Amino acid sequence: MSDVLTVTDFSVDYLGEQTVHAVRNVDLTLGRGEILGLAGESGCGKTTLAYGINRLLKPPAVITSGKAVLHSREGTDIDLGSLTGEELRAFRWDRVSMVFQGAMNSLNPVISIRAQLEDIFSTHRPAMSKADRRTRCGELLERVGVDRNRLKSYPHELSGGMRQRVMIAMAMALEPQIMIMDEPTTALDVVVQREILLEITRLRDELGFAVLFITHDLPLLLEISDRIAVMRAGELVELAPAAQLYNSPQHAYTKLLLGSFPSLTGERAAG
Amino acid sequence: MTYYLRKLGFYVVALWAALTLNFFLPRWMPGDPVDLMIAKLAAKGPVSPEIRHSLELLLGTDSSRPIFLQYVDYLNNVAHGDLGVSVTYFPQTVSTTLADTLPWTIALMGIATIISFAIGILLGQLAGWKRGSWLDNLIPVTTMFQAVPYFWLALVLLYLLSSVAQIFPTGGGYDVNTVVPGFNLPFLRSAVYYGTLPALTIVLSSIAGWMLGMRNMMVSTLSEDYIVTAEAKGLTRRRIMTTYAARNAVLPSLAGFAITLGFVVSGSIITEQVFSYPGIGMTLMSAVQNSDYALMQGVFLVITISVLGANLLVDLLYAVIDPRTRARA
Repeated sequence: MSDVLTVTDFSVDYLGEQTVHAVRNVDLTLGRGEILGLAGESGCGKTTLAYGINRLLKPPAVITSGKAVLHSREGTDIDLGSLTGEELRAFRWDRVSMVFQGAMNSLNPVISIRAQLEDIFSTHRPAMSKADRRTRCGELLERVGVDRNRLKSYPHELSGGMRQRVMIAMAMALEPQIMIMDEPTTALDVVVQREILLEITRLRDELGFAVLFITHDLPLLLEISDRIAVMRAGELVELAPAAQLYNSPQHAYTKLLLGSFPSLTGERAAG
Repeated sequence: MTYYLRKLGFYVVALWAALTLNFFLPRWMPGDPVDLMIAKLAAKGPVSPEIRHSLELLLGTDSSRPIFLQYVDYLNNVAHGDLGVSVTYFPQTVSTTLADTLPWTIALMGIATIISFAIGILLGQLAGWKRGSWLDNLIPVTTMFQAVPYFWLALVLLYLLSSVAQIFPTGGGYDVNTVVPGFNLPFLRSAVYYGTLPALTIVLSSIAGWMLGMRNMMVSTLSEDYIVTAEAKGLTRRRIMTTYAARNAVLPSLAGFAITLGFVVSGSIITEQVFSYPGIGMTLMSAVQNSDYALMQGVFLVITISVLGANLLVDLLYAVIDPRTRARA
């Protein structure tokens, strides 16, 4: 499996009276079409790492070392740190798209779903005709299991699960090579969560994009990811194939994480 | 559709309530316009009881009729645009007086308010988008203009720009000596020239509120998740600022704008006094000074209708720009 993203020695600091080292010297590779899970407790730097890779960090966050290189389908290497202004804008979503943590609030409340989907095409594919745009937006929604008629709806008229599906449809719009999903199912109940996860894996199989899946929910990752990276206090403590991580965790923290989820079978925990 | 009908129904009821209050309030107040007119006439010669009766009929204060019938007559007259006869501008009717003065006020105050809102929102949007830029330093300056009493600001500007520098005329609505009111270019040009200074004072004194409000809403909107989404989507900066940030940030200001528009008519009293502007504020002043009840009632009616009208307008506009307020039938 060839790689699509290489992150080397990546560090992010939040400057302040007391500088916080949010991400420390992270090395990571993401294979083409792979689902890489990134697990860790709240505040361990998962989201900061994801934002850092896509250059979405705002002051006081500073990338202090390292780089993220995207190996595009066409065979060119793009160092994300070297992109600025217009290049960076054009790069975003086209190569790397994101589904955010607060999916409930990730959609602009005052414009329709169609306008928000079409925005992507009119910005990134200005040559596309209006009719093509319309059809494409309809297709995208249907692909994630939302009725085409929902295009004219506004975010407040959709349920949480539907909004998240719309976000995923949006993330697929330009057929990116990487999709970063930052806790995409955290706010949803387990049934809807499951549906969406199945959807993501199905779409990944169809379209072949790589997924960096961020969550604090380790059992969920064990189920869907190819490999899992465990993060703690800004450092990557373990990176292994899902089955291996589950069966023989190396790092003490990984064992702790695995142990902190109740098992449905076996003995009841003491206490 | 039912949404709009329901809204409209609400405004009809509000208008009726306002008209009823408008009818009863002056009748509960002390003082009688007929006595007042008779006192004026008596200065010129003897007044017979017949004159008194005809004045009562003329002013619609025929005290021999039961009040309920007077109320019905009043509603009927209002519906026909008959608001009685003005004592101050006797024998002109109230409707004619209002028709003469209202356009001045609406043009001056309306345009000034819209300009102030537009500039304030635009500057506030930019100041919020680029926090810490020079625009942020402009805010205390504009706030100062809003903080000083309006009449004082107007008088100072009038003194500096009309008396000392003589750039603008000292008062009036147009040049009465050279142009004829009507729809012709010299008149319009003159009216714009005479209206510029009053409009400037209004804009200066009200822009800070819009700017500060919009800036702060912009700042809090920028931390919303959908702004990060828009950025990650690779949209242009301009599009993020307008369609994603400003579009959401402007909603509270727009509600404020509705209220301000409603007070365009009543808020013009001081401006028109300072600049001797021939609008409805001046009319209200002289109506109060002369105990001209019919005219006062007429002005209050206009104020009521303008407040209701402005609110209706923004209600409808709000439904267009904020889909969440639209109730789906």
